[in-house]
Amino acid sequence: MKTLTKIMAVSALSLGLAAPALAQDDPTQVGFIYVGSIGDLGWTYEHDRARLAVEEHFGDAVETSYVENVPEGADAERVLTQMALSGADLIFTTSFGYMDPTNAVAERFPNVRFEHATGYRRDHPNVSTYSARFYEGRAVMGHIAGHMTESNIVGYIASFPIPEVIRGINSAFIHAREVNPDVEFRIVWAYTWFDPAVEADAAQALIDQGADVIMQHTDSTAPMTVLAEAGAIGFGQASDMYQFAPAPRVSAIIDDWAPYYIARTQAVMDGTWESTDTWDGIGPGMVGIGEMTDAIPEEVRASAQAMVEAIAAGDYHPFTGPLNRQDGSAWLAEGEVADDGTLAGMNFYVEGITGDVPN
Amino acid sequence: MMGIDPITLIVALITVSTPVLLAAIGELVVEKTGVLNLGVEGMMITGAVMGFVVAVNTGSPTLGFLAGMASGMALSLIFGVLTQMLLSNQVATGLALTLFGLGLSALLGVGYPGSTPPPVSDPFPAAMAEIPVIGPILFGHSLIIYLSVLLVAAVWYVLGYTKVGLIIRAVGENHDAAHALGYKVIRIRLMAIMFGGACAGLGGAFLSVVRVQNWVDGMTAGAGWIALALVVFASWKPWRALLGAYLFGGVTALQLRLQAAGINIPVEILAMSPYVITIIVLVIMSSDKSRTALNAPAALGKVFHATG
Repeated sequence: MKTLTKIMAVSALSLGLAAPALAQDDPTQVGFIYVGSIGDLGWTYEHDRARLAVEEHFGDAVETSYVENVPEGADAERVLTQMALSGADLIFTTSFGYMDPTNAVAERFPNVRFEHATGYRRDHPNVSTYSARFYEGRAVMGHIAGHMTESNIVGYIASFPIPEVIRGINSAFIHAREVNPDVEFRIVWAYTWFDPAVEADAAQALIDQGADVIMQHTDSTAPMTVLAEAGAIGFGQASDMYQFAPAPRVSAIIDDWAPYYIARTQAVMDGTWESTDTWDGIGPGMVGIGEMTDAIPEEVRASAQAMVEAIAAGDYHPFTGPLNRQDGSAWLAEGEVADDGTLAGMNFYVEGITGDVPN
Repeated sequence: MMGIDPITLIVALITVSTPVLLAAIGELVVEKTGVLNLGVEGMMITGAVMGFVVAVNTGSPTLGFLAGMASGMALSLIFGVLTQMLLSNQVATGLALTLFGLGLSALLGVGYPGSTPPPVSDPFPAAMAEIPVIGPILFGHSLIIYLSVLLVAAVWYVLGYTKVGLIIRAVGENHDAAHALGYKVIRIRLMAIMFGGACAGLGGAFLSVVRVQNWVDGMTAGAGWIALALVVFASWKPWRALLGAYLFGGVTALQLRLQAAGINIPVEILAMSPYVITIIVLVIMSSDKSRTALNAPAALGKVFHATG
């Protein structure tokens, strides 16, 4: 099936190329490769919504194509090469593991622009990177979780021990502790971005350990089903997951890539595209906060909303001192704000979290 | 084991184990007739997608389970016709069946991820599940879980104590002798293969409709292969298959709870422990060659060609 999708997408690309070659104005070709299926209702689903937004915005001036379920590694390089050969002008590679393939293919196709999500390597002038400050959303979810938990145990389904995930745990924990000094985090590493069976089992294990609020950094809705049965609450991840509102889903962190994708496509059309590194948060709208439902008390909704606005306005940074590392050593002094370099490489827990970061 | 509640652990391990157990008990019967079907994974995932699609569209989990069984059976019939009538190689055909099942399921499931299946009602009233200790363990499950245990008992009884069981075993031990006695070797094997397909399909449907309540490409994630390993682990004995499945499910459920309880064991070791333990047990089981050989059906994997 994966191969079939690829063949279909690639042939769609070449057909798309063949027909307009006769026309005067070639439409701009924009390709996307996805790590999951567009029906995951999480990460890939949101990237594909943004792709559709690009199509809608530009109409006939742009043609898009995508390949889903592309494994991170050699397969990605092959798919990217195919896309570049088929005439793509701009290619978005939407997972961290596409970093090396993206740069390798970019070297061979200097006239094609590449945009790699959540990575940091821009080896060639035709590669840009972009990511979202998801930790800003996690701060708000942590604030709500700290208020809402009655057992004072918040469960956290983590995926892989990479900086992005550790940053999210820290951000959520700091803001849960801020409003509830007794709160504890229990973290389960699922070692997957997307495996509904494992995610559901992890959610059940956390509930059995007394957690009544669960946060997830994995992409499926399987934990929501478990939470609904257990009467616990959680938050939509990557996508709104509004079908589980008003509870167990009480709010959500939503990735909104559409404005960025439209702006970058426009830049290619105008000939103004250049290699950049974008890391946007709530302010520019790349991170959205899903509607807070009535399951959250009104005053908590108000304080959470105030935090959203303060972050959006740039008045508040979720990593503001005084903050210590887990071992008690000082990290940020009173009023000091974490720099992007430390955040980008974050590999330690803040003080108060129990357990070790896996290697 | 501080901080881990044994009751919720047992409840969780039973749920985690059931898809694997169903597939394993089906494969056990197939292998008892001397046929090695490596397509369990493919039949499970096809059962998972068909069970889910039918349950979502009809609103009836029962129809979903039946559809899962039927689709597993249909897939196994392809294997049966190829290996029993056209005498193709069982190992190669079984592997091809797994690949086919994975591809077919992805195709059939397009558009279904994220759909909500109908809720499955439990056979016992909720009040019974609230009895301390034994309530949640004995009375809190969905019907398929009780069915899986009954199925183990039935297979154990039929194989060991009935004429049908004797015939199945005769076909698996020496198909030429069984043929000489007038038993229809191919027909018996085909029926066993279809039974195995139905069990694997039901296991898959349980996974998608009850345990995860969602459909995702490749969601069985190797459960079919674990089922195959369990049959060897069980030395082709039904109750041992149940024990093995619960052991595997138990380690899976336990490792998540150890993490959730914050017990300081390296996470990487915990995450791979179910698979490591399965491998270790298999190595121990097969180190004693004479005993394994004694239990394995003598005609396992051999091609039967009726002569005369």
